[in-house]
Amino acid sequence: MEINGLLMDLKDNVVTCVALVPAGEQVVYRRGDEICTLTAQEEIPYCHKVALADLAEGDQVIKYGELIGRTTALVEKGHWVSHNNIYSVPRDYESELM
Amino acid sequence: MQFWGYKRKEGRAGIRNHVLILPACACGSESARIVASQVRGAVNIVFNTGCSDVAANTAMSQKVLTGFACNPNVYGVVIIGLGCETVPHMELRKKIQSMTSKPVVSFGIQDEGGTLKTIEKAVRAARDMAAEAAMQPKELCDISELLLGIECGGSDATSGIASNPAVGELSDLLVDLGASTIMSESIEWIGGEHVLAKRAATPEIHNQIIQVCKDYEEHLKAAGQDCRAGQPTPGNKAGGLSTLDEKSLGCIRKGGTRPIVEVIAQAERPTKTGAIVMDTAGYDISSVTSMVAGGCNAVIFTTGRGTPTGNAIVPVLKVTANGVTYQKMEDNMDVDLSDIIKGTKTFQECGKELLAVIEDICNGKMTKAEAYGFSDIAVDHVCRFV
Repeated sequence: MEINGLLMDLKDNVVTCVALVPAGEQVVYRRGDEICTLTAQEEIPYCHKVALADLAEGDQVIKYGELIGRTTALVEKGHWVSHNNIYSVPRDYESELM
Repeated sequence: MQFWGYKRKEGRAGIRNHVLILPACACGSESARIVASQVRGAVNIVFNTGCSDVAANTAMSQKVLTGFACNPNVYGVVIIGLGCETVPHMELRKKIQSMTSKPVVSFGIQDEGGTLKTIEKAVRAARDMAAEAAMQPKELCDISELLLGIECGGSDATSGIASNPAVGELSDLLVDLGASTIMSESIEWIGGEHVLAKRAATPEIHNQIIQVCKDYEEHLKAAGQDCRAGQPTPGNKAGGLSTLDEKSLGCIRKGGTRPIVEVIAQAERPTKTGAIVMDTAGYDISSVTSMVAGGCNAVIFTTGRGTPTGNAIVPVLKVTANGVTYQKMEDNMDVDLSDIIKGTKTFQECGKELLAVIEDICNGKMTKAEAYGFSDIAVDHVCRFV
């Protein structure tokens, strides 16, 4: 099976699809040495993200091992994660100063 | 590593030897364009300000104009002013002459008696300067003379995953060879600023990186604006970048992994050697403008969606890891990095290949945007015109 998804960090709960994945087809990605698969529950466009697990409303979305936003609604496993269902969380700069 | 460049009396060597036709204000821009079109070896910029500005905007414009004039790729400068601009052309000329020994002349349209008379005089001056520039031989220069600007624009998910890491690798290789790089676009550190700050060479630099992001957000808030309303852009969203944080975490990878030795303000010249960051807008044209004003002699530009931009003074090398974009926009893209996405090459391998491409560009190979003669510019503003 050809790899069509990229997991950027082991902590991530989304995978970036590097080809369009039609609904019902498999997203194939590497997790370390292991090849993993996931069924796309809807069409995932080229360059877009798919959820690796059920994400409840307000859950953290992790890519590159870092927080990229929180969900605005339930996003189930295999569904498309995009600007339509996640938002950016304001930073706490004071706590980052040394 | 060495390249054939143009040694300057002050500062770094040039990789080009342009005569720059520099408008002192918007009213000089059209005349500057006509003068440059008449003289081989001359380039012009289109300047949209220089008049009816508050002091902070004038200061920014002056930093860009003097920075362009002092850029190592410029042999000499022909300034065209109007006469009633905020900083008169004679004053701008004196300021530039206090910073560099390269030839600088200036003309004012009101004093010369209109555009045609100004153009005639300026063409003669530019012609003589271009003839002198053509006599300057290239000399072998060490790669430490290179100050590479690192930019991304029209980003999509492939940028953060592939092309930015490859350019980050290039930046590390150059820094290890003694060259310097500037990564800018501070608004696109937000969400990844804590990761970027880990590269700081000192605790002070760590805090400067965090503070730049905090100040940027507060600046926009003071004008009733929210950075997250404009970032990511519609193109970024269509390309799979859902939040500013996701975009930033990909963006900062283009700066590599070496210690950050200096944080500089927009359009300022670095004082250190190595990996440097500059506080600029995420707007790519404006960010490139500021880095060129800061003395970069070349710019590498990653893109996902595809962008044609070029700069009159420095070559802008366009690279993409989006194979669809490379095919659709081959006339604008210089290097295809889609092998990283396909898994047939690593970003480290591509970084090494990019070093060879940069060497060619330093030796005179033209980028596509350069061959087309593109001259994009955007000067950042603190607030409205007055």
